[in-house]
Amino acid sequence: MEYADIIHRCFRCGYCKFTRDYRDFNCPTYRKFWFESYSPGGRMWLLRAWLNGEIPSSQRLAEIFYSCVTCGNCVEHCALEFRENLVNIFVAARKEMVEKGLVPPAVRDYLKGIQTHGNPFKEPRQDRDKWAEGLGIPSYSGQDYLLYAGCVASYDDRGKKIARAVASVLKEAGLSFGILGGDEASDGNEVRVLGEWDLFQMLAEDNIRKFKGLGVKKIIAISPHAYNAFRNDYPPLGGKCEVLHYTQALDQMIENGKLTFSSGKDARVTYHDPCYLGRHNGEFDAPRNILRAIPGVRLTEMDKIKKNALCCGGGGGNFFTDIIGGGEGAPARVRIREAAETGADTLAVACPKCAKMFEDAIKAEALEGTIKVKDIAEIVCEAGKG
Amino acid sequence: MARIIYDALAEIVGKEYVSDRAEELFLYSRDPGTMDPKKPDYVVLPKSVEEVQAILHLANRERIPVVPLGGGLVLSGLSRPLKGGIVLDMKRMNRILDVNEKSRYVVVEAGCSQGMLQAYLNRNYPHLKHSIPDSPPSATIAGNILIHGSGHMSQATGFHSEMLNGLEVVLPTGEVCKIGSCSTTPYWFSRAPLPDLAGLFLGWHGTTGVVTKLAIKLYPNPAKKDVMMFLTENPDYMPDIISKVTGTEMAEDLNVSASQLPDYMEGLQLSLIYVTANTIEEIDFKKRTIRETLRSYINQKEGGFMFVPTIAKGRFIETPLREMTKFADSKKGGGFEYVGAIMPIELFPEAYRKGLEIAAKYETPYSMAVRIIGRAHCMMFAYAYAFNRADDNDRKKAQRALHESNIAALELGGIPWKAEEPAQKLILERMDPETSRLMNRIRAALDPNGIMNPGNWEVK
Ligand SMILES: Cc1cc2nc3c(=O)[nH]c(=O)nc-3n(C[C@H](O)[C@H](O)[C@H](O)COP(=O)(O)OP(=O)(O)OC[C@H]3O[C@@H](n4cnc5c(N)ncnc54)[C@H](O)[C@@H]3O)c2cc1C
Repeated sequence: MEYADIIHRCFRCGYCKFTRDYRDFNCPTYRKFWFESYSPGGRMWLLRAWLNGEIPSSQRLAEIFYSCVTCGNCVEHCALEFRENLVNIFVAARKEMVEKGLVPPAVRDYLKGIQTHGNPFKEPRQDRDKWAEGLGIPSYSGQDYLLYAGCVASYDDRGKKIARAVASVLKEAGLSFGILGGDEASDGNEVRVLGEWDLFQMLAEDNIRKFKGLGVKKIIAISPHAYNAFRNDYPPLGGKCEVLHYTQALDQMIENGKLTFSSGKDARVTYHDPCYLGRHNGEFDAPRNILRAIPGVRLTEMDKIKKNALCCGGGGGNFFTDIIGGGEGAPARVRIREAAETGADTLAVACPKCAKMFEDAIKAEALEGTIKVKDIAEIVCEAGKG
Repeated sequence: MARIIYDALAEIVGKEYVSDRAEELFLYSRDPGTMDPKKPDYVVLPKSVEEVQAILHLANRERIPVVPLGGGLVLSGLSRPLKGGIVLDMKRMNRILDVNEKSRYVVVEAGCSQGMLQAYLNRNYPHLKHSIPDSPPSATIAGNILIHGSGHMSQATGFHSEMLNGLEVVLPTGEVCKIGSCSTTPYWFSRAPLPDLAGLFLGWHGTTGVVTKLAIKLYPNPAKKDVMMFLTENPDYMPDIISKVTGTEMAEDLNVSASQLPDYMEGLQLSLIYVTANTIEEIDFKKRTIRETLRSYINQKEGGFMFVPTIAKGRFIETPLREMTKFADSKKGGGFEYVGAIMPIELFPEAYRKGLEIAAKYETPYSMAVRIIGRAHCMMFAYAYAFNRADDNDRKKAQRALHESNIAALELGGIPWKAEEPAQKLILERMDPETSRLMNRIRAALDPNGIMNPGNWEVK
């Protein structure tokens, strides 16, 4: 297994479980299950034991690995020098499980959906652009930017609203962009982190071929997960484009004076950093800059932000597989409680997966009258421009 | 039978907080140190004192061993279940219950981590702090106090067990018992003036009960902190240097480290003298006084203060010191353990030379660290050995070096701290027989069925 030569170097000291100042356990699975086995250090030791034949393959072991949300909190806080590779090691372990046919059924279903339909919702490919109906967004044909929606924003009802908001704002600001519509395919980020490297490579190479064929030079991604794949995993496969998350595009437009606000709704807003925008790619400012630029929006930060943000629980494939599971300790429920504690009436997000996770959490926590979830693009849409 | 016990445990704590699965049994059978694994039968995560009580009632009925676990970072394998049974991972019981600002104490649940308390005080009571060990932040307050740990204020205030104000403990037979002022008043201000029953639980390695709550002393947290680094090349000077520095009453913490790596440190003893103050004038005065007290060494060119740029001081000043944890990977092998022997200050030179000898014998770079306890009333002298976790021979070699260090410490007149099970036997062999008989009688009275962490402090 890749990285097999370093897994023994984990001391299991537990720095990885915390925030930087140790105020809270911040590994989503550890704080949900409380067994050491669900901590990054526990996984490192179990992985070694498994590879050495000290513990058998089992559904449970697979679940321990697939419950990891790949949020990168451990990478951020581990005290030892191999820390950069922690998430990579867990992904490599999953790859090993894929190769040995040990993945949990929910993971298998997800991967099957991608194989057979090109999306995990098992929806027809041609319906991929339904989210854009009536918006008058052209197909990509050499515009400055390709707007890439991704699976959740294309098929999930909540995601579609976000996609519409992003596209509307970009259009209103006069940006030159097009979409792939029915030709769009999964970016493969979740496929890769679920350990199906071959399928990921196929998807990525297909996408790269498509992008090259169409002459795509710049991409705006709605989902931070797609942004991550395009930015970090496509270039080694030959897919080098300028990639922006949509909040970065909006931030640039605000900075250039192409997007200005005249008014906004009075709102007390707190912002949740998506892991694949924040910790994985270091973008913490663009979303905050946008919120600060909107009149009436008062940004109130949560206790744990930026590199110390708690994941919504939807990463690492869990948005689809939900191996991490629900209950009071589910990360989205913990996080929505943290958001509500700030006194904010709105939780701003910048990821369709986070939006959906938190809306479900609001229902589970009966916080409907207290706080609502809005994507930053939706907040921008509601504000008066000019 | 095993199924019945599992179901009974699940009934007590909830199905999701009990495991008899291979993954947990593997992990909870070992700690990051060198000791051989010992498998539990069940791992249980209680949330309340009532749950702990119910577990102990069950364990008594069924004669199942119970091993309390905090952060599991003691390194000497004290929470490996030597005779199987239940490992009771206390970390779900992690609330911070009360801070008394005026009488300067905090009441916490036993699973509360060092890191969480530190962060909580920083945010809510920045003028107060507790004495923090350099163990990783997931070490628990209880685990550390109960083994007589020490930390950043131990030079000034003694062992962490001396900072204990009171306990709530579930006795091996299941009764909940309060120790200290909290047994008689609503306050947890001290163990005095009552008969001091805390001694029934301190240093016993979880063999006399399960602590569920405890109160520890807090101290003023001066705004400024600095570290001075004094280097010498002759271990014979160290008792005098320690005596002089502690004699100024100006140092909050005093550590000495000596290691063969990096090369340029070989042969040197590095004293880290921590100074805290509320103003620049005060800190300057303290540093000047300390410098003056060591003037004779500087004048005779026998020692000197190292210049450390302010920016580089950060890693020496942070609490806990991550650098300590990084030692685990010094061989790129992810393992280390140390013998921390408690001994009088005057034994420094001999203890040091013994450290060099043992390291040379085991062909490993020497690494020693000393923390001065209670204004030089004694010291914790640590012989640390890194090992490669991927190489079992290397782990066993470190285990042998540790055992030899334990023997050496005892022969010198020290006592191994948080001693591994074999080292506990060495201590008991040397102990006054009436003392070990008393230990035995106490243990038999408290734990008639012998369920608490059996195999540890086992007196024949
Ligand atoms: C890098 C490093 C640096 C260290 N530096 C220091 C230092 O500066 N100072 C220091 O003192 N130590 C230090 N240590 C040693 C050790 O990590 C600490 O003492 C730590 O605080 C032990 O706490 P724990 O919660 O991990 O205890 P554990 O290892 O979980 O338990 C220790 C013992 O206490 C018992 N126990 C735990 N909880 C309970 C309970 N609730 N009721 C009854 N018994 C219980 C256990 O059964 C066991 O016998 C260091 C360790 C490392 C790895």
